[in-house]
Amino acid sequence: MSALSSNAADPTPIHMLGRMAVEIVEAIGDLVTFFLRMLGGMLVRWPRARVLWPVMYEIGVQSVPVIFVTGLFIGMVLAVQSYDTLRMFRLESRIGSIINVSLVRELGPVLAATMLAGRVGSAMAAEIGTMRVTEQIEALKALGADPLTYLVVPRFLACFLLIPALTLVADGVGMFGGWFVSVQVLGVSDHFFWLYSQQFISAYDVIAGVSKSLFFGAAIAVIACHRGFHCGAGAEGVGRAATDSFVFSFIAILVLDLLLSIALNNLYRLLWALGITVV
Amino acid sequence: MKPSTPQPPSVSPVLELRQISQSFGTQGVLREVTVKVQRGETLALIGESGCGKSVTTKLLAGLLDPTRGEVLWEGRPVKGRASSELRRDRLRFGYLFQGAALFDSMNVYENICFGLRENTDLKEPEIREIVLERLREVGLAANVAEKRPADLSGGMKKRVGLARALAMSPDVIFYDEPTTGLDPVMSDVINELILQTQSRRNVTSVVVTHDMQTVRRVADRVVMLYPLGRVAPGMPQVIFEGTPDEAFASEDPRVGCFVRGEAGARLKEMSAA
Repeated sequence: MSALSSNAADPTPIHMLGRMAVEIVEAIGDLVTFFLRMLGGMLVRWPRARVLWPVMYEIGVQSVPVIFVTGLFIGMVLAVQSYDTLRMFRLESRIGSIINVSLVRELGPVLAATMLAGRVGSAMAAEIGTMRVTEQIEALKALGADPLTYLVVPRFLACFLLIPALTLVADGVGMFGGWFVSVQVLGVSDHFFWLYSQQFISAYDVIAGVSKSLFFGAAIAVIACHRGFHCGAGAEGVGRAATDSFVFSFIAILVLDLLLSIALNNLYRLLWALGITVV
Repeated sequence: MKPSTPQPPSVSPVLELRQISQSFGTQGVLREVTVKVQRGETLALIGESGCGKSVTTKLLAGLLDPTRGEVLWEGRPVKGRASSELRRDRLRFGYLFQGAALFDSMNVYENICFGLRENTDLKEPEIREIVLERLREVGLAANVAEKRPADLSGGMKKRVGLARALAMSPDVIFYDEPTTGLDPVMSDVINELILQTQSRRNVTSVVVTHDMQTVRRVADRVVMLYPLGRVAPGMPQVIFEGTPDEAFASEDPRVGCFVRGEAGARLKEMSAA
């Protein structure tokens, strides 16, 4: 008993590690329960158009400028960074394949998701958190609306359905940025830029990138709304919810990216072994 | 004082908390509290800040699930009802929140018609008529409908909150600190609106307040809660139940000091703590 008391007062690193593991498992369990309750709510009642459209506009259309700018500059930076190395091996004509494969497979989906988590996810967590702090969520309940269905479902649908389009915008603009610097500034042949791009990018790469983005979008919406619903009291609580939303979303994006990349690569090998090619 | 005489209590209370305990994490707020609200009466819940008045009201309205004990509406337990039934039953209640809790993203019109749009099939002209009628009822002009909550004063927010609470023509209205933060004149306007609502609609009302003027003017019955941390073990948390006159005449120093707004031995207690 005395040993237990002393442990509680002065935990060892092992205790702290164990406590952290329990907290992580609890947090993931809570998040999954929240997601399943949201899915249940979606099956019971689909959001009304007058609620869904403004959220889609805010999350989808309003995110285009920031994704446009970041995509453009990432494409240009990739060109600048790759050119010198490729030139050492006299392979600068293949720069298009490096830039565009990187963008389509990895950078486009991850960039769009990161921007969405920063611009939209934090705002969603702060908005819902403020609603919680100011009793607006209880007001929704009192007025006969299910807060989960009313607040989370439209945001989930908007993130889930619109992130593929935002990913394609990031891909396209990034390619243009890479092409502009490579061809117009660094003097790489326009013909070879697109020829090697075409040779190295398959339809599977585009589909895989877009598929990954669907998972990222779902994770961002669920994490942001969950943080908002579990927001602490006052301005500090709202600020913490917004910060946590971005940090947890970013970690989720990276972890999902790794797991999905492994899964999609294995799927590609499986399809290839079965003689199914996605060109 | 309230002009109309209170109605005789019905057999089954319209709302009841039976032996309710409520805690948030390790923080206990209520312990074995029993409160009954009779049909047609106006019950004032009074007590120091943090004693659990708002929590009690939210439990009565079904906005919180109790940690222990039973909540009954019309003599039937709330627990075990399907969520759709619960949502429908809750529409019989109107709730004026402490800070009005107006939806920031909507204008006044959208706030007031929220419940109607979510829960009825009324056409827009009918909804508009109801919204304008409710605005008139709380003494606000029709042009307020287009304003955002951020553009309203504290008193206007409370009145819009009341209009929203009345939109679905509820049988029971909860007022959570309706006059807090308002100037004396606006406080009296809100008290008058509570009385008018009571006489026009014959609703049951639960008013959470610190304002003894409100208690004197609107309440038929008073229930006083004491903070759980200062209740002696085994003693009830509800320290007074009776009419406003009885509350003002109470010989219990805890009740007497509170209703008269006197510190009494409180400062010494706080220093000792």
